[in-house]
Amino acid sequence: MGPAPEILGRRLLFFTGKGGVGKSTMAAATAMLAADRGRRVLLVDVDGKGDLATLFEHTPVGFRPVQVHPGVLAMSMDTEASLQEYLRLNLKVPVLGRLGPLARVLDFVATAAPGVKEILTIGKICWEVREAIAGRADFDLVVVDASASGHVVAQLGAPAAIQELVDVGPVRSQTDWLVELLSDPEITGVNVVTTPEEMPVAETIELVARLRAEVSTPLATVIVNRVLPELFTVADEETFTAMREPAVTAALTEISGPGTTAVLDGARLAVSLRRTGATHLTELREKVDLPLLYVPYLFARVQGRRVLRMVADALGEELGL
Amino acid sequence: MSPRAQAASGAPGGGPGSNGLEQLLAAKEIAVFCGSGGVGKTSVAAASALGAVSRLGGKVLVLTIDPARRLATALGLDGVGNLARRVPADLLKAAGVDDRGELYAAMLDTKQSWDELVMRHAPDEETAYRILENRLYANLTARFVQSHDYIAMERLYELHQSGEYDLIIVDTPPTRNAADFLEAPKRMADFFGGRLLRWLTLPYRVGGRRGSRVLNVASRPFYQVADRVLGSQFLEDIAEFFLNFQSMYDGFSARAKAVERLLHDRRTTFAVVTTLEAAPLHEAENFCERLDAGRFHLGALVLNRTLPDSLLSPEGDRAASRFSDDAPAVAAQLARLVGSEHASLNDEVRTARVLRTVGESFHNFSLVAKREAELRAELTRRPEVVARVPSFDDEITDLTGLMRVGRALFGDEP
Repeated sequence: MGPAPEILGRRLLFFTGKGGVGKSTMAAATAMLAADRGRRVLLVDVDGKGDLATLFEHTPVGFRPVQVHPGVLAMSMDTEASLQEYLRLNLKVPVLGRLGPLARVLDFVATAAPGVKEILTIGKICWEVREAIAGRADFDLVVVDASASGHVVAQLGAPAAIQELVDVGPVRSQTDWLVELLSDPEITGVNVVTTPEEMPVAETIELVARLRAEVSTPLATVIVNRVLPELFTVADEETFTAMREPAVTAALTEISGPGTTAVLDGARLAVSLRRTGATHLTELREKVDLPLLYVPYLFARVQGRRVLRMVADALGEELGL
Repeated sequence: MSPRAQAASGAPGGGPGSNGLEQLLAAKEIAVFCGSGGVGKTSVAAASALGAVSRLGGKVLVLTIDPARRLATALGLDGVGNLARRVPADLLKAAGVDDRGELYAAMLDTKQSWDELVMRHAPDEETAYRILENRLYANLTARFVQSHDYIAMERLYELHQSGEYDLIIVDTPPTRNAADFLEAPKRMADFFGGRLLRWLTLPYRVGGRRGSRVLNVASRPFYQVADRVLGSQFLEDIAEFFLNFQSMYDGFSARAKAVERLLHDRRTTFAVVTTLEAAPLHEAENFCERLDAGRFHLGALVLNRTLPDSLLSPEGDRAASRFSDDAPAVAAQLARLVGSEHASLNDEVRTARVLRTVGESFHNFSLVAKREAELRAELTRRPEVVARVPSFDDEITDLTGLMRVGRALFGDEP
């Protein structure tokens, strides 16, 4: 194993991956970890449901950043609000008020030309990063709970795609600095979250390849979530196998009561779930040339801040902090 | 009576533990499986199709969106585009499927489906090709994630119209919001019929075919801003594209309405798939609400990959505590009882270590099982069929595995 990857020194961290693997949890835990270490973080929920804040046991947040944890501000992306902000800051159009329902126009344009919503999302994020670098913001690190696999490529590639589509105009001239910021490994890093299961691993391998081929944003790590513990060494497993022989199980039942079979079955399920996961991890290691961080499966009954703390600690350990 | 008619009439078709899924599928022509990503929707849909063929016979099609490679291979879907393929009968037989019906599988190719749609509805070939070659069109179909929503439903409509299948089982695309595709046909129809579209393309329609603008229209504030933000060429491209697209409006919107009607038809049912984890379950409940609110038929709720109830047994809990707290004593007794036949159990230190691990592992998993049970108890919306599929030791990668899922899904096993 090489040295622990350095991600907290950057300015902009994206977290993506297949739906359901826990990328929001990883983004939130990273924000918490960074805040613990003195960084001031802006946590951005791109898919805009505002639920990210609930991981901190906070009510859902909107487009305006709200503190959800000491050192962590959270906001929820809203492309219409982002467009309004952009127009206000960049165009100074006197007729802005007469534009009519922006949402409908935006829907139309975005339907016609994918890339518009994406550029509004990525543009807003990069703008905040630039403010942070210039020391004009209340935070110095932006952590993004980004869209799922397929869509994130379109988002990260939006500035370059717009460069192709739009020949002139302020949008065109704005894309240059976006591309530059997104391509700088000192500033930006993409983290792909996965679990040790077939589809998430397959999608991670594909996503890493696509991101390398289609966008210039540097990849930082692959985070494997919900890794089950290895229960036995080879020798211990022999003993466990012996316990599952009918005569031995009968003897154990005599000693420990009628629940013995249920307990042995439970351990067998744990062993086989772990084993299945291990084959996928092997494939991931073989096919993805990036630092892997492992976050254990949490046998917890509750959700919320305490779980986030456990994940943050696990991540911190993996990062050698 | 055919098995299909028999099951539909409510006569007992399944085993003693039958949970009603068989009757539901017998009575319907379309079953749409939905839920958030990562809950095993594709496997559950495939297992339902396999179960339906085995139990009800007839011609059953499973339309899947993005199956795992090995599952696709198992269904004979390697490299197949939009065409439905029959799953070879000998493969079904080998997996223990009763020789009653025929199973077909098809995958959704978004780009190809869109192309076919354009070819069908364009007024003439020239317009069709102008649309197909427009760079925005390529964007729309290949990169626009949401286009999956509509095209999946459109494809379903077409397969149903063909009248070739007794039952079509649909695995829905992974959307940001599991319920988005429900409104896709309506969105599509609204979009093409919308005033906004007419308004935005106005300068181009007035000015003639290709972009020669009428100044007094183009000088309206919106066009000024749009030009400054996006560049005029870009807006012209959009307008040209939509002018061409609008020529397909009648066919297209009639079609979108027909698709919407089909989803509301009494022959269509929805099955919501979820795991017993907080986030997917929350999404599943939202989805059930959306189905109810939109007057869709919610037929089944599938709780997938649940932990076994044995993890909740108080006896198990006691035995596990004995293992972890009293490991050396238990190890010593075990060696005395069976050490002579099982030499490995004479290493009491090792046995004690294994016992502790086994006991702790039980407690760990038992905690998760309790969480699952709590979430299950909190379920507010329970459709007629609630099926529970356990977490299997091995991954489901072949037809035999799908049959196992099917047995739990249809309630054969308690």
